Amino acid sequence: MAQRSDITHKYLRAKKKFPNVWCAGCGIGIVMGSLIRAIDKLELDRDNVTLVSGIGCSSRLPVYLDFNTLHTTHGRALAFATGVKLANPKMHVIVITGDGDALAIGGNHFIHSCRRNMDITCILINNQIYGMTGGQFSPTTPTDSHAATAPYGNKEYPFDIPKLAMGAGASYVARGTVYHVTQLDQLIYDGIQKRGFSLVEAFSNCHTYFGRLNRLGDSVKMLEEMKKNALPLKAAAKMPPDKVQGKLLTGVFCDVEREEYCDRYDALIQSLQGK
Amino acid sequence: MSMTNHSKPDKTGASHNDSELIDRYEIRLSGSGGQGLILAGVMLAEAVATIDGKNCVQTQSYGPEARGGASRADVVISSGEIYYPKPMQLDMLLALSQEACDNYYHDLRENGLLIVDSHLVTQVPTTRCIGIPFSQLARHEIGNTMVANVISLGAICAISGVVSEAGLIEVVKRRAPRGTEEKNLAALQLGLVEGKKAKDRIRL
Amino acid sequence: MAENIRLMQGNEAVAEGAMIGGLRFFGGYPITPSTEIAEILARRLPKVGGKFIQMEDEIASVGAIIGASLAGSKSMTATSGPGFSLMVEGIGYAYMAEVPTVIVNVQRGGPSTGLPTKVAQADTMQARWGTHGDYIAIALAPQSVRETLDLTVRAMNLAEVYRTPVTLLTDEVLGHMREKVTIPEEGELEIINRQKPDVPASWYKHFEITPNFKSPMASFGDGYRFHVTGLTHDEEGFPTNKSVEILAKLTKLRNKIMRYLDDICQIETDGMEDAHVAVYAYGIVARAARQAVQMARARRMKVGQVRPITIWPSHDKKYKEIFSSKNLEAVIVAELNQGQLVYEVQRLVPKHVEVISLNRFDSELITPAQILNKIKEVR
Repeated sequence: MAQRSDITHKYLRAKKKFPNVWCAGCGIGIVMGSLIRAIDKLELDRDNVTLVSGIGCSSRLPVYLDFNTLHTTHGRALAFATGVKLANPKMHVIVITGDGDALAIGGNHFIHSCRRNMDITCILINNQIYGMTGGQFSPTTPTDSHAATAPYGNKEYPFDIPKLAMGAGASYVARGTVYHVTQLDQLIYDGIQKRGFSLVEAFSNCHTYFGRLNRLGDSVKMLEEMKKNALPLKAAAKMPPDKVQGKLLTGVFCDVEREEYCDRYDALIQSLQGK
Repeated sequence: MSMTNHSKPDKTGASHNDSELIDRYEIRLSGSGGQGLILAGVMLAEAVATIDGKNCVQTQSYGPEARGGASRADVVISSGEIYYPKPMQLDMLLALSQEACDNYYHDLRENGLLIVDSHLVTQVPTTRCIGIPFSQLARHEIGNTMVANVISLGAICAISGVVSEAGLIEVVKRRAPRGTEEKNLAALQLGLVEGKKAKDRIRL
Repeated sequence: MAENIRLMQGNEAVAEGAMIGGLRFFGGYPITPSTEIAEILARRLPKVGGKFIQMEDEIASVGAIIGASLAGSKSMTATSGPGFSLMVEGIGYAYMAEVPTVIVNVQRGGPSTGLPTKVAQADTMQARWGTHGDYIAIALAPQSVRETLDLTVRAMNLAEVYRTPVTLLTDEVLGHMREKVTIPEEGELEIINRQKPDVPASWYKHFEITPNFKSPMASFGDGYRFHVTGLTHDEEGFPTNKSVEILAKLTKLRNKIMRYLDDICQIETDGMEDAHVAVYAYGIVARAARQAVQMARARRMKVGQVRPITIWPSHDKKYKEIFSSKNLEAVIVAELNQGQLVYEVQRLVPKHVEVISLNRFDSELITPAQILNKIKEVR
């Protein structure tokens, strides 16, 4: 652990930005650790890494890290990221977003980013609720769960994030949880390496709102529940469908090769310039 | 608040006694959508601006009316600076449909000149009018109804003299779709001849 | 005839000016009557190694150009009223985060979807106050096709110099009208690039408050690793709740523009020295005004003209000087809306000068005859 902590500290804006805004026990910090370890393992030049985020608890992540960091307006992280990436295709562009940011207000940008297949890694931290504004239901809040704006239970149906991303055309789609940290490190590592649009859903806990409003206990209890409920896709494939029902499937949902947008655009430039 | 209808110029306003307006010639090419009148307007303006070297502004009417209904392109020509970009009182109106003739005739100034497609515009509002069967000439003499607009450009050139023949020839060469240059140039020549004949006939 | 003389549309002139000004990124969404700008740049930008992208909506378009500008590219988008309404969120971000961007608004009739193919000047105030919060907007408005080209270049220059969004306000008639244009020779127009930092990374503050309120701007990838946010922030870009830092930031946003009004504001006047009546109009309407003024003078009336080329910010001091011309009795403010800039003029004329509004909002241009009639009414 000591060694890991050293790695983490190498990338923090420790003197400037701490303490952070997250509640004690929040899973977002775990995702931040996974992201740092993935970047460190990839030995990326940090001048060539840009983290882009929108608005919400998860979107506060970039400010703590010593990269190029861009904290945008609500839902628009992917749109800003698209501009950064296309203007400078050498840049590793990583978007940190949440379920409300990416799928409600930013839903349009999300599906079109999947479709466009620009080499952007989108880490979507799904805690099933709007945390920063006080626990309103989000596009991933389960049906009948309680939220500040669903006092009688949520009447809507949630998005299945991997299915949404695959349907929209993402090249790499994976889901991990903040309990299964080693796997999450690997999924983010693979997502960054993937040339094309990659979506990594990091399933996380908001014990402060989602947990409290639904009597799910503290962060430890929620992590334990994650441990119990998660089911790797490979294991699920060998199980009867009724046993898979209601489980949180984890692993790589899709990993396909499609020519990347900036590569295609660069080829266009080359051909127009007669090179 | 002042709200006058632009299609009926305010007679209390501009008149050609205004010194600034003497060197200003206003043409409207009008008809139905699909007759190629906006393209004709652009070609006229391009010849005037890039070859004859005069100043020129070309505007047009877009919108639902550009699809099948009345369609128009306006060209203002001057050797001086053009301030107001749209016509105030037309010096010349080309109407290739009865509807266009009816709609825009009132925009013509007192001694303005009306040119109509004599086959398509059967009721002319004035005797100060030149009729040339552009669409029939296009069909029977050139073998393509699409070139009626270019024939009319030739006629405008011969009748008004505001654009040079050389200018129009150059622009027709530039703008004609590949493979149709000959037909379009023939159409232009036909328009020049017919325009001259009509002008002699009416002795303006 | 020389090669560099062309019959050109207003929207083409925006694209031409953008290429001359060094544009390297355009993100946009199709909307009448601005679409030709996107179409031309889609063809031309990749030929010079620039980037064109059609985004999923106008919100994304402005997001993309902000991202691209932060990555170091001169960036632009073009739209019309409904699209501009969607963009104001991102434009507000660009004010706060001080990102050079150019937004072209080819105005059409509104409100809402309004009149896609008809002219209006009803977004004049939106260009000033479109997004929430306190900021100083820069908006330029050309009256001819050639001036559209020139002001596109100037909008890009101002955006880079003052690290701010700049709006170019044209309109449907100007955008679609074709006019004889002499394409400027290479080097004829001044092109200004953003000032880059020359300090070591550890000294660099992306939002430094300098004595002249201009702060050098590094790009992502230059090795400075700065933070950018739409939250009110300190000089390093980190969010702040300290009132002293908030005051400093918002004062900087104001001062960086207001200290340079003489550079930013262009106002054209004609015959104001002895004018009894002045006509104040911008953009395409200024041409009707010019025509009407010529006609009035032919009738021996003493009429002057004031044409704001820089619509925003208002150079109050300069206007007050212009309107305090000794014989001036009335100012006619002609606009293609129900009265927007007229309130600006009212604020700036001496008490004894009458301000008369001449408005048209039936989708047609104000004619010289209408203006001449107004002049006659005053006399």
